[in-house]
Amino acid sequence: MTLLVVEGLSKRFGAMVAVDRVGFTLAAGEMLALIGPNGAGKTTCFNLLNGQLRPDAGRVTLEGVSLVGLTPRRIWRLGVGRTFQVPAAFASMTACENLQVVLLSHHRRAFRVWRSTRSWYAADALALLERVGVAHVADQRCGTLAYGDLKRVELALALAGRPRLLLMDEPTAGMAPADRQALIALTRALVRERGLAAVFIEHDMDVVFGHADRIIVLDHGRILADGSPAAVRDDAQVRAVYLGTSPGGRGQ
Amino acid sequence: MSMAHLVVQLLSGLAAGSVLFLIASGLSIIFGVTRIVNFAHGSFTMLGAYLTIDLIGRLPDGGFGFWAAVGLAALVAGGLGVLLERLVLRRLYRSPELFPLLATFGVVLIVQDAALALWGPEDLLGPRAPGLTGTVLVLGLRFPVYDLFLIALGPVVLGLLRLVFHGTGWGTRVRAATEDPEMAAALGIDQHRLFTGVLFLGSALAGLGGALQVPREAITLQMDMATVIEAFVVVVIGGMGSLGGAFVAALLIGVLQAFGILAFPRIALVLVFLVMAVVLMLRPNGLFGRAEPAAGSHQALSQGSFAPPGPLARLVGGIALGLLALVPLAANDYSLIVLTEIFILALFAASLHFLLAVGGMVSFGHAAFFGLGAYGAALAVTGLDAAMLPALALAPLAAGLGAALVGALCVRLGGVYLAMLTLAFAQILWSIVFQWSSVTGGDNGLLGIWPEPWASGRAAYYWLTLVLCAGAMLGLRRLVAAPFGYALRASRDSALRAAAVGLPVDRLRWLAFALAGALAGLAGGLQAFAKGSVFPALLAVPTSVDGLVMVLLGGLEALSGPLVGAAVFHGLETEAMRGTGHWRLLLGAVILAMVLVCPSGLSGVVGRVAARLTGSARRP
Repeated sequence: MTLLVVEGLSKRFGAMVAVDRVGFTLAAGEMLALIGPNGAGKTTCFNLLNGQLRPDAGRVTLEGVSLVGLTPRRIWRLGVGRTFQVPAAFASMTACENLQVVLLSHHRRAFRVWRSTRSWYAADALALLERVGVAHVADQRCGTLAYGDLKRVELALALAGRPRLLLMDEPTAGMAPADRQALIALTRALVRERGLAAVFIEHDMDVVFGHADRIIVLDHGRILADGSPAAVRDDAQVRAVYLGTSPGGRGQ
Repeated sequence: MSMAHLVVQLLSGLAAGSVLFLIASGLSIIFGVTRIVNFAHGSFTMLGAYLTIDLIGRLPDGGFGFWAAVGLAALVAGGLGVLLERLVLRRLYRSPELFPLLATFGVVLIVQDAALALWGPEDLLGPRAPGLTGTVLVLGLRFPVYDLFLIALGPVVLGLLRLVFHGTGWGTRVRAATEDPEMAAALGIDQHRLFTGVLFLGSALAGLGGALQVPREAITLQMDMATVIEAFVVVVIGGMGSLGGAFVAALLIGVLQAFGILAFPRIALVLVFLVMAVVLMLRPNGLFGRAEPAAGSHQALSQGSFAPPGPLARLVGGIALGLLALVPLAANDYSLIVLTEIFILALFAASLHFLLAVGGMVSFGHAAFFGLGAYGAALAVTGLDAAMLPALALAPLAAGLGAALVGALCVRLGGVYLAMLTLAFAQILWSIVFQWSSVTGGDNGLLGIWPEPWASGRAAYYWLTLVLCAGAMLGLRRLVAAPFGYALRASRDSALRAAAVGLPVDRLRWLAFALAGALAGLAGGLQAFAKGSVFPALLAVPTSVDGLVMVLLGGLEALSGPLVGAAVFHGLETEAMRGTGHWRLLLGAVILAMVLVCPSGLSGVVGRVAARLTGSARRP
């Protein structure tokens, strides 16, 4: 079943075309890796999809509903969760409180003024932390968490809004290789069990080729290749432009 | 009015605008590089003016003496700017935005007392500029040659500044640092030297602007704040970092003031702010501003988590409240008056603390809402013959509505814009209250605002104040721990993330702003009945700053901070008033010491000491 349809998505900043007529579709249960050299327009693509930037042209629909021109808030409500390149959890709150805030937002209870936050969705929050494997840091302030744990809290935060589409900007950046594999395997399992679709930007080619169902290669804002990992690996153009820069198919 | 009069008024406005441009361009250059709004900029203008008059008296008469005085005054102002950079600003480039604002305001207070001591409280009139004393006929009306000289000077200075910034290596480095401070630092530009140079240039322009005012108008001790606020308005309208924009905006404001004074003599100032409000609504980056200026590398003001009190703290708090309730049985009238005042100040400070620490919004005009509450209650009594309780109920309502209006315009801007806009609105309100004497009593205030008989005893009013203030502060505590408080803190911690998880950041901030205004208004209403009178000073800038000082004294990271801060501040003020006439000097020094040495406030110090004690106790 097709979840996301992107057609002719374009964005320019001054003279530079950051995203140039990008189009693809995504089905529920699919893991799509978005790769490409620095400055290829990957993060801009995400900003266009989740409403932080408004595209100059193009269509984006999620289950038939157009997302173009909607605010990030509205798009989140329609089921698009996002994790950020630099983790941006609420630093003054514990991991558990972070999730409670998101759950309060999801259930439209953020304007309650009397009952203490402690009593809202604590069990749900813990269950989510448990699911991503960081229940043990539930009561630690996010400003003091280890990087790897924070990345997992990020994932839980994105899941708390019950998304149908997950946009993950370098979910494994800054983690040790073993942790990367574990985190992306966890994501993969969550995508399957919840019937989500996920798009992730990633530089670690082991992660990309090991876990993506499909890969899109961006270069100078354009789609260079779109296909299975095997097809992309064999694409001569991709080799020349991107993989060729790092022999053996490994990223930096 | 004839065509000729209009033309002369236009020219006169352009002359005023030219001087305003000199001052505003300095403010803009300094802000561009340091990301600091330097309140002391207006003080340098005032000093420039006073110094010019002073020096003219010491130098030989005639053209040389006059122009040498003007030049020297500008140089001294520049030198003071360098001193300010070296001693104060340098330590604050990475601090939360509030700290440099407060620190430079501390300098304003110190300079005010110094100027008062040096040149006295009387307005000073300077000589006219030798060689430019005459008038020319414009459409049959006399117009001063000096004003024509000023009109010509504006574009000349703009051209010279352009030349400096686009034609010299130093100027290029300044532009680089303005565009991207991090990058400029990474490229090896010596920031300290650059900043010192920028402070010199900017402050010298401020001093020059002041010096050139001498032949035009009387020099007063109120010149500093009036100037810096006007200059800031110019920079905001023109667009931060755009000299051309500042030029156009300065002329616009000059002309607007000139005609405003003709058309609505009492609200000329309001007109200026209205124009700014409209410009900001239509073009948030100003007329010529490009994208939002980078926020700089300021830290968040507070990372406080404001955990709900444990059982022990609740017990202690409950006992303290009980003891306070018993005080009237034992204490004399004087202590009751003092404690009543402290409760009111504490509520005012608590509302500001909520805005600053929980909401992450810096307001420099919170007194506006304190004053709205006070005047709301007072007018209900004098105008509507209302009883005390309805008047007290009206106070938070009026202030809350006012805050909702101001907040609707301000909260989405955030940062230093919010701080300065709230200040501007407080100034508008102050000038309305000050000028509209048929309703507000103007400078004489409103008198005879006494409580109803049942509450008129010292003890009864004490209890009433205690109940309302404690109730409001406990309610606020509750709110901070409730989902609303968490959602607000989420917006403070990371607005980007908050929006990305569906939180309506602007609406949360707006409601918090309105609520903080309403609570300040309640404090203001209580103040009106406690004193029996209200005066424009209640909503003037110094009252706003008092609030900030109380909050900082108490410490941002604890909800009890405002109470501690209010008590300490009140004690300090009472003692200082008794001991010395130099309250502003002392307050300025306290502010500087707090910001530079002890930014975490008293609760921060207590917390550190406690941590050290318990830490050492745990060690074997």
